[in-house]
Amino acid sequence: MDVLLAVLFVVLAPVIGGLVAGIDRKVTARMQGRVGPPLLQPFYDVAKLFEKEQILVTPSQNFYITAYLVFIVVSGALFFAGGDLLLVIFAFTLAHIFLVLGAYSAYSPYSFIGAERELIQIIAYEPMIIISAVGMYMVTRSFYVADIMAAKVPLISYLPGVFVGFLMVLTIKLRKSPFDLSTSHHAHQEIVKGVTTEFSGPMLGRVEIAHWYENVFLLGFIYLFFAANPPVAILVVAIVYFLEILVDNTYARVTWQLTLKSAWIIAGLMGLANLGILYYLSEVLHV
Amino acid sequence: MSFLPRSPWILHYDASSCNGCDIEVLACLSPLYDVERFGIVNTGNPKHADVLVITGGINEQNREVVRNIYDQMPDPKVVVAVGICACTGGVFRECYNVVGGIDCILPVDVYVPGCAARPESIIDGIVRALAILGEKRKLLETKRTKEQGGEDTAPGGRK
Repeated sequence: MDVLLAVLFVVLAPVIGGLVAGIDRKVTARMQGRVGPPLLQPFYDVAKLFEKEQILVTPSQNFYITAYLVFIVVSGALFFAGGDLLLVIFAFTLAHIFLVLGAYSAYSPYSFIGAERELIQIIAYEPMIIISAVGMYMVTRSFYVADIMAAKVPLISYLPGVFVGFLMVLTIKLRKSPFDLSTSHHAHQEIVKGVTTEFSGPMLGRVEIAHWYENVFLLGFIYLFFAANPPVAILVVAIVYFLEILVDNTYARVTWQLTLKSAWIIAGLMGLANLGILYYLSEVLHV
Repeated sequence: MSFLPRSPWILHYDASSCNGCDIEVLACLSPLYDVERFGIVNTGNPKHADVLVITGGINEQNREVVRNIYDQMPDPKVVVAVGICACTGGVFRECYNVVGGIDCILPVDVYVPGCAARPESIIDGIVRALAILGEKRKLLETKRTKEQGGEDTAPGGRK
């Protein structure tokens, strides 16, 4: 376990996550033929949110949202410390359960719809994330991120299907179109703001910071597929994020049924088929 | 340093507008005028908004609605009345169901006249509102420190 990397993650992830969000908004604006906000706009937004008055709908909100932030940070720190990937995924899921509980704690129909959609999204992406962890185990024979990082072979050559499946759920996780069902950073207002409808001021700021941590963690997960070759890995992470922005700008939102179906079909076809072939090659053919 | 004027999130409400001013407000968000340059984001949620942009005048049907939206916005907040109907009631002010301009029920900070108000003047009005937003923030802070007197340590808690 590399404690130094974990500490670095806790300190630097908000900075990197905020910058990535700023680049995201700038690139999105350029794609739409606009000038776009300054690069540091996400930091201004969050700093402003902490200057605003805090309106509590219920006091329990505060606890749930703080728990959401804490567990996102814990799962990310565990990941970068080279900890057990399964524990990381469990902590990550728990964090989102806290977000859903926070949304359910306020008596608002918009918040409720957001919470339900968030749960559906968790159902949609969870199998694929587990499959990714299992795939990495099958190649490296270890669930520890440190061992997976140290693997001499690039994981992508064994797990191309799993990687494609992971990209699919990454769109859900980054809250990008076409899967920005529960909340989004754009002006889709038919559910007002989904899970974050009832959060205002500093509490919304905490949700935003948690999202930055989450993004850095997810990009770290992408890095893991190419960990054998760091320059290529960083390039791939940049390309993947650019593609996410492109998809975000070119697709309209889909229904939750299609999200669930497509996520599970992709997870089944790409993920499970990949694992099956890997099993066949290693156990039956002894390659 | 206050970050409020750098990141104003607006909430646009159509009180009883003919839609003329509404489309001009939306035109501000289009690539030509691109108000996101100033960090302005159009939100649909009063709890996230800093600037309440209202088009159209107040009538008996919507006075409660407008009041409710305003009350849900966290402090500090500003109100911008866009268009002549929002400023005074316009040609409709004599109608039996029309109460008048937004200032009948809310404290309006910036008036943007015009029928319909031009996008340039709407942007100008919102930018002027940002200066007021910064001042309100300062006032709120001094009020808070006075109220606290070193005892109450819950910042931002609604009294």
